[in-house]
Amino acid sequence: MIDIYLDNSSTTRPYPEVTELMGTVLSETYGNPSSLHDKGLEAEKLIRQARRQIATLINRREDEIVFTSGGTEANNLAIKGVSFRNSQRGKHLLCSSIEHLSALNSFRSLEREGFEINFLPVNSRGYIDPGEVNKLVRDDTILISIMHVNNEIASIQPLKEIGYQIKVVNPDVLLHVDAVQSFTRLPLRLEEWKADLASFSAHKVHGPKGAGCLWIREGTKLQPLFDGGEQERGLRSGTENVAAIAGFGLAAKLSSENQKHKMSVVSSLKKTFINKIQESGIHCLINGPLQEEGAPHIINLSFPGLKSEILLHALEEKGIYVSAGSACHSRHPEPSHVLKSIGLNRQALEGALRFSFSIFNNEEEVITAAEETIKIVRHLSGLIK
Amino acid sequence: MILKVLVRYGEIALKGKNRNQFEQQLHQNLNAAVREYNASISRLHGRFIVTGPAEYKDQILKQLSRVFGVVSVSEVWETELDLEMIKNESAEIVNLVPPESQTFKIATRRANKKFPYPSPEMNRLLGSHLQQLFPSLIVNLKQPSFKISLEIGFDKAYLYLDSVSGPGGLPVGITGRSLLLLSGGIDSPVAGWMAMKRGLTVEALHFHSFPFTGRRSQEKAVELCRKLAQYSGKIPLHIVSVTNIQKEFKANCPDELAIILLRRMMLRLAEVVSEKRYLKALVTGENLGQVASQTLESITVIAKATEMLVLRPLVGMDKRDIIELAKRIDTYDISIQPYEDCCTLFMPRKPVTKPKIEIIEKFEAGLDIETMLEEAISSIETVIVKR
Repeated sequence: MIDIYLDNSSTTRPYPEVTELMGTVLSETYGNPSSLHDKGLEAEKLIRQARRQIATLINRREDEIVFTSGGTEANNLAIKGVSFRNSQRGKHLLCSSIEHLSALNSFRSLEREGFEINFLPVNSRGYIDPGEVNKLVRDDTILISIMHVNNEIASIQPLKEIGYQIKVVNPDVLLHVDAVQSFTRLPLRLEEWKADLASFSAHKVHGPKGAGCLWIREGTKLQPLFDGGEQERGLRSGTENVAAIAGFGLAAKLSSENQKHKMSVVSSLKKTFINKIQESGIHCLINGPLQEEGAPHIINLSFPGLKSEILLHALEEKGIYVSAGSACHSRHPEPSHVLKSIGLNRQALEGALRFSFSIFNNEEEVITAAEETIKIVRHLSGLIK
Repeated sequence: MILKVLVRYGEIALKGKNRNQFEQQLHQNLNAAVREYNASISRLHGRFIVTGPAEYKDQILKQLSRVFGVVSVSEVWETELDLEMIKNESAEIVNLVPPESQTFKIATRRANKKFPYPSPEMNRLLGSHLQQLFPSLIVNLKQPSFKISLEIGFDKAYLYLDSVSGPGGLPVGITGRSLLLLSGGIDSPVAGWMAMKRGLTVEALHFHSFPFTGRRSQEKAVELCRKLAQYSGKIPLHIVSVTNIQKEFKANCPDELAIILLRRMMLRLAEVVSEKRYLKALVTGENLGQVASQTLESITVIAKATEMLVLRPLVGMDKRDIIELAKRIDTYDISIQPYEDCCTLFMPRKPVTKPKIEIIEKFEAGLDIETMLEEAISSIETVIVKR
């Protein structure tokens, strides 16, 4: 039975080493890291190790990492935490129109709390124009949140230019980077970008669901989302998800080893796939950046005239797993806000599929997937008059 | 602690010589509903008494109140047929009532006429006893803040405060076995519920057209059956693929006939399943006039595909009533989840509203209907969905 998983932007298969480690931690290192006895200490050590692993990878200090339940919580903590804590400086916030829903909806709820938000538009390839950003920065702007790599269309934002432009106008504006998709795939130049916060998620880097973290530059003030036992320096109360955090550290480490080589492999898988599709002559459009410009692991294609859900299920029937629009919100029948922001027409919106690759895929798989896609598109085009 | 629950049933007590059979079926269904809580059922002068562990009180009352045939249920306190013991028990019950409830009444029902005190006298005796014990209590026959009811049985007396309504109707299984055509929509689960209410055992048949519909829409059918099984214990769900049937029609017939042709195939498939499972009637969520396939002409042409009796319990209901009932039986929220079911794709823009049987039959004659049916039947999967 064919089983080709091309939905790595939604979530990834964990490394066997990670699941093995987590199993051991769950059954043996079950102590509460806050407990004073040895069982607690063992658990605390695992968390410390994971913290060290992540900090090393992003080249920052360990005490700047706050573990969370995942990317969504990291984004919420960054956006709401900074805004509430710094509201005496101003109530103006900025973010792009193609942020992940965990960021967009955090801003929307701040809007209801009396904050003023400006959403930065993107061009038809999904890029923010840094020259436009500085026009929107004001004296009372406190935060700007930008996603490094977009999870649906793979656009990589020019963070260096954006960071430069905002800080020129107002050096007090904090820059939050949602690095969930780029972590371990692209170099993270937090210094060069002049970033102050960055969000990460474990399950996008072959780790478990239920863990992630927020990097917070030393000195940045945040209000926590939860009240409780003051774990994570008071910024994230709640007993730590020890096994998942340990798994996160290991997964991040393994994913980052030979990063360049791995990404050139993934990138060539994507290239092979697109070439196959394009050579076949079926009607198909690339949404977002052209394949060589975008992040190496994601390609978003539209098959105008066909419905993405049907294509998705037809591929599923062949054992090939992809995403319609963005899996995080494919439970909603509305088209993706990202694809709408880059100005796709209705047909292209309805026929959009996202293929996302990982190092667990191989050449043979993507060729099979491309061939099946071509077959299905031809079959369905004939059927749906 | 032991919990006692009095179960009242209405309609079935009226059915003359069938009464015994009805009571047996209800007995069996009640038993099935509370067996997992180690409760047992005994019969009593036109009522049932359920005895079980008090720790499961809420669960047992909820389960009993969902058994068709049950009119209402009450938690009761049992005593010997002895005036003093009844008095003592009634005082215990007053202690359970919130202290701010000041007005009360007593309502006695003397099924056992050998008991020496007639009902009005019992009311007076108990009332004055309680007023002596609790001087702040005031009798109010019209609008009491609480009412103590007393049933004088043949062996025991029962006292109780409140009643929870049951769904009424007839015990499931008493009128026969049926097959419900279950889509993912709002109507068909309600139709199934109404069929069960009239005593039918229900099995369900769901059609999908994977990959044109997702697996989640099949999961929806399972979840709907789980809700219906709350009332009947379990629902066998048969799932059939009609993808190839729809493709055949798409390729060979005009678009506007697609729905009528598909519905006729669904009835034929339902007939095959019914034969295998010894089911004697089909139940559908069809209504009149809501959509094109539900005009009188369409329903007539669709129904001609089968000889079987087709029951349409929703035909007398407005959409609003159906939605209200769907919410009450808790299927509504599942039904409105946005997964496509097999009717929304291949949907013609302008479906025919007054189909002609001759034309439909002409197109069917050009197709190998038997093979299409066989192929679909071979795809059948059955799951038993339990409460």
